[in-house]
Amino acid sequence: MESTHHKLAASPINWKDQGRGALWDSFSMLSPRRQLRNPVMFVVYVGSWLLLALFFHDLIVHNSEALFTGVIDLWLWLTLIFANFSEALAERQGEAQANSLRRNRQEVTAKKLSKPVREAGYQEVPGASLRSGDFVLIEAGDLVPTDGEAVVGIAAVDESAITGESAPVIRESGGDRSAVTGGTRVISDWLIIRVTQESGHTFLDKMIAMVEGAARRKTPNEIALSILLVVLTLVFLVVTVTLYPFSWYSVHYAGHSGSVISLTVLVALLVCLIPTTIGALLPAIGIAGIVRLLQSNVVATSGRAIEAAGDVDILLLDKTGTITYGNRSAVAFYPVLAVTRETLAQAARRASLADETPEGKSIVTLAEKHDPQSREILPPDAKLIAFTAETRMSGVDWDGQQLRKGSPDAMKLWVQSLGGTWPSELDAEVQKIASGGATPLVVCSGAKVLGAIELRDIVKADIKSRFAALREMGIRTVMVTGDNPLTAAAIAAEAGVDDYLAEAKPETKLARIREYQNEGYMVAMTGDGTNDSPALAQADVGLCMASGTQAAREASNMVDMDSNPTKLLEIVQIGKQLLMTRGALTTFSVANDVAKYFAIIPAAFVSTYPQLGALNIMDLSSPTHAILAAVIFNALIIPFLIPLALKGIKFRADSAQHILRRNVWIYGLGGIIAPFICIKLIDMLLVVL
Amino acid sequence: MISTIILTAAVLLLTILLALPLGRYMHRVYAGERFWATRLMGPVERGIYRITHISVNQEMDWKHYAVALLVFNLIGGVFLYALLLAQGVLPLNPLHYGGVPSASAFNTAVSFTTNTNWQDYSGGSTMSYLSQMLGLTVQNFLSAATGITIVLPLVRALARHKTKDLGNFWVDMTRTVLYVLLPLSALFALILMEQGVVQTLTGIVRADLIAPFVSGGKTVLHQMIHVGPVASQEAIMMLGNNGGGFFDMNDAHPFENPTGFTNFLEMVAMILIPSALVFMFGHMVKAKRTAWAIMIATLVLFVPLTVVSEHFELLGNPLLTHLGATQANMASLAGGGNMEGVEDRIGAGASALCGSLATATSTGAANSTYDSFMPLSGGINLFFMQMGETVFGGVGTGLATVLAFMIFAVFLGGLMVGRTPEFLGKKIESFEIKMASLAILVMPLLVLIGTAAAVSTAAGRAGALNPGAHGFSEILYAITSPANNNGSAFDGLSSDTTFYNLITGMAILFGRYWPYLPLLALAGTLAGKKKIPAGAGTLTTHTPIFIGLLVGVILLVGALNFFPALALGPIADQLAPISTLMH
Repeated sequence: MESTHHKLAASPINWKDQGRGALWDSFSMLSPRRQLRNPVMFVVYVGSWLLLALFFHDLIVHNSEALFTGVIDLWLWLTLIFANFSEALAERQGEAQANSLRRNRQEVTAKKLSKPVREAGYQEVPGASLRSGDFVLIEAGDLVPTDGEAVVGIAAVDESAITGESAPVIRESGGDRSAVTGGTRVISDWLIIRVTQESGHTFLDKMIAMVEGAARRKTPNEIALSILLVVLTLVFLVVTVTLYPFSWYSVHYAGHSGSVISLTVLVALLVCLIPTTIGALLPAIGIAGIVRLLQSNVVATSGRAIEAAGDVDILLLDKTGTITYGNRSAVAFYPVLAVTRETLAQAARRASLADETPEGKSIVTLAEKHDPQSREILPPDAKLIAFTAETRMSGVDWDGQQLRKGSPDAMKLWVQSLGGTWPSELDAEVQKIASGGATPLVVCSGAKVLGAIELRDIVKADIKSRFAALREMGIRTVMVTGDNPLTAAAIAAEAGVDDYLAEAKPETKLARIREYQNEGYMVAMTGDGTNDSPALAQADVGLCMASGTQAAREASNMVDMDSNPTKLLEIVQIGKQLLMTRGALTTFSVANDVAKYFAIIPAAFVSTYPQLGALNIMDLSSPTHAILAAVIFNALIIPFLIPLALKGIKFRADSAQHILRRNVWIYGLGGIIAPFICIKLIDMLLVVL
Repeated sequence: MISTIILTAAVLLLTILLALPLGRYMHRVYAGERFWATRLMGPVERGIYRITHISVNQEMDWKHYAVALLVFNLIGGVFLYALLLAQGVLPLNPLHYGGVPSASAFNTAVSFTTNTNWQDYSGGSTMSYLSQMLGLTVQNFLSAATGITIVLPLVRALARHKTKDLGNFWVDMTRTVLYVLLPLSALFALILMEQGVVQTLTGIVRADLIAPFVSGGKTVLHQMIHVGPVASQEAIMMLGNNGGGFFDMNDAHPFENPTGFTNFLEMVAMILIPSALVFMFGHMVKAKRTAWAIMIATLVLFVPLTVVSEHFELLGNPLLTHLGATQANMASLAGGGNMEGVEDRIGAGASALCGSLATATSTGAANSTYDSFMPLSGGINLFFMQMGETVFGGVGTGLATVLAFMIFAVFLGGLMVGRTPEFLGKKIESFEIKMASLAILVMPLLVLIGTAAAVSTAAGRAGALNPGAHGFSEILYAITSPANNNGSAFDGLSSDTTFYNLITGMAILFGRYWPYLPLLALAGTLAGKKKIPAGAGTLTTHTPIFIGLLVGVILLVGALNFFPALALGPIADQLAPISTLMH
């Protein structure tokens, strides 16, 4: 089933090309207007201009400080370039991703008709070029290119990709079964549809605009963090500005020696203290989150939605497609009296050999498990009877035997039409299978009923461990199914979900979501149909399948281009990773200040108070080297952390407590220690140069 | 050193043992529970409400609460100001002091209404008993109670779910005074009296000298000894973290702090209510483990710094060591160490401990001269204040500030675990960050800008009596103390000048009231939020790692703001080589 999703290959990140492009962008982003967007970096920007002016002034008056000021200023400009580069690189990647998504959508070809007549002759066009009102012919095996309405014909459509229901549904012109959904597949007969919705353009356009920054609004957490960074910047501004009178007083009234801290050192100290690392990387982290989402083929309508995904407490998951495979598998044969299990298995196998549906294949597999010897191949003279919407059965004419399988209702009609008898015991068997949450199929040889096949939902192999991981992270899973409570409970227990919602109707879904939200939980759900719309809108995170109806898309805040409901788990991870990256880099950035103080403070004041040399615990070679080393570290740490900002910090499904412990150690303690080592190394290099 | 550490441990242990039941008691009082205390004092409480027409159940939103609080403080301040001006014509003035000069009266009124108790006057020789008792002691109660009423709405906001109600200011005020401050200080005053702290309405006691002496050609036979209603004021000044002594000498005066035992109890008294409030918080928001986390974080910050301070004090002055004077740990040397400005009966170690407690809380009391501390010990006193009332902190305001810091820590921690940060189930968003930032960062800005103004002007520089880095420390201290509503003085700075009266007065007012509104606004918005149930994905606020994060945030914010200033003051002072000091 999974293989029928046409997984769009995420475009690989082309570091070389994108890097080169981003490099040019980072220079063009040096305009004041652009820099003003990021208050932290704007302070660096002002400082850079200030020192540039000072540098030229010093050059003209032949001040010996000129070289030092020039070198510091150079590194300040580099700090700005690095910051711009990180944002530009993220934007370039986002654009590349969005473009590849666009291209992929275009690759779905459609048979466009000039008028709704089958014989009119079609031309093959990219699905994305279809416009409302176009007519498209869809034949057996074709993907429905976009949402539309059947105007001519009748066909069986496999909608398992969106609805999860494996049984094909009948779509025909007129009446309320006329709507066809993009991404579904016609498996028999043909249809002519009129396009009602143009291909996913609206979402992609939104997404691209978001990546390109024009329409990107800061998310709530990003705003809160920005406020924190601005506040820190303001405080450090006051700290550095007041340091001038402190130093002046110390030189003239207290220490009576040395020189007052210079403007160059003050600007250097300010730039080192304000959280430039996180300030520079913050925009890139946000864009990278959107890019990661795009790489998994999910289009979000807002950055807010991605963040909300990280906060989700409860996932409402549709049973079919998410927890169980979209198609059912044959699990058992139930022969009627006087028929051996082998006979039934053999007949079922023969009837299914030509059946390419997953269910048909599963019957063959099951039969071979029963009787490994009999692996007869389809004789050349066998006549295949394909599934059609009218007969609702399929099979084969094999050595004169008319082997058929189909739903009990259809088979009953068939047997009776041939004058055969319907064994009453079979009704009981069929009843039993159905009540156990499975689907019965009946197999006949001509008018003779052989028995029933049980088709059952198969819980995905790895799903239980994924739910356990989610539980570890504090996220509860709730299975939503139309099954009766008994069946639901059985599958829920097998899959290891925390709760289930049986006999779910759109209203009950909506009510349940409201209930959870009133208790204070954040709820995510997947949906596709129009009747899911209220629930999708109510949920904090609504993920709509690409094949969903227009109403469902409008109501949700993310669309999965793969129409894979399991994607919700990935989205939660991306959301969490986004926040974690921001938090970790902020902590790292602020923790770095400790080492920078130990580099700059002794260097700045040692001329007044030689005893403050004792604070030079890194034993840096000279005051100018110490200050320069701190500024260089402050600049270089930005490009060094770009890959981390773009990829996100390592994510492991774990409890909050463990994640916090790991991140505090790595980014808190690491943030204190790393700069001590790096500044010392840079200082040693400066000595050598 | 060992005995000092044991003393430190004993003070902290006794405080926690007393604070646990007191915290529970306060929780029951503020919840309006019916139990022995309310049965006993209930008629009085209800009587007050009846007279004042206060309806107990009518709660206020944050704006009403803030207005009530500010109006109450304003009236209190104006009343005190008028009382001080008029004391000359009012009764209970046995020494016939005239009215307090208006500038000083204003400074005192501001200082006592805000729980700062920065004293620019000499208590025993300026204030009539009526002023001391009806003016200062009453404000000692009311300003401490005001501190508690600041934190109550904040705690309620964390405990409640989607509401605007934060409690009734008048009820909170009444209950604080009636059930907490009055009984505690009455009890404490009795113990102090038993130990020899004076409590009388007599003005002066004339004592015949055992050994008369000749001074300036005159034989001195008598000594006139100031006494007064000291015990009652002493009790509340410690319990309420006011710190304004009856006498100018504050706790170094034998009538305020006569014995080692009173010194011990007074140290406990300083941190008793701040600690009890933490446990009360645990009861009120049903997060006892988080309360313990706050307590532990406090101790993690307090103990090492205090021990370092004690260590340097007990080590003695290296200059004296250099000159060959002994400062050894001997009974005859009162325990040895740096004895300059230290009372014999208290000793250097206990003085350092008291200094730490008085600056960590907003008490600002002193049983020794902080200016004479070793530079680093004095620097630690400074740093305790500069951490912004987070280590114990003032009555009420301390916990409120810690909660604001916790919002910072929760924000960073929450992001690091990949969720929108929540503190005890309340989502922390940009508004909360804004308000917490305002509440926390007003103080550093006041101190830095105030100190910069002082060192840049001749009037500011004129105050410092010592040369070198020590002079800088003195100026820094003079701004830090009022901005934190601490009120302790470093001395060595003539602060009774127009410049310092003005700048300290402003620091007091801004330092006290600027953080109030954001804290109350924070309470308002937090109360309105739903309380999200905790799960495995929620950041827990009681784990060792979170305590570490909280301590880190407090230290980083404190250290990062003040490290340059401290380097130019106490650190340079301490590290100064002896050779430069000898000249």
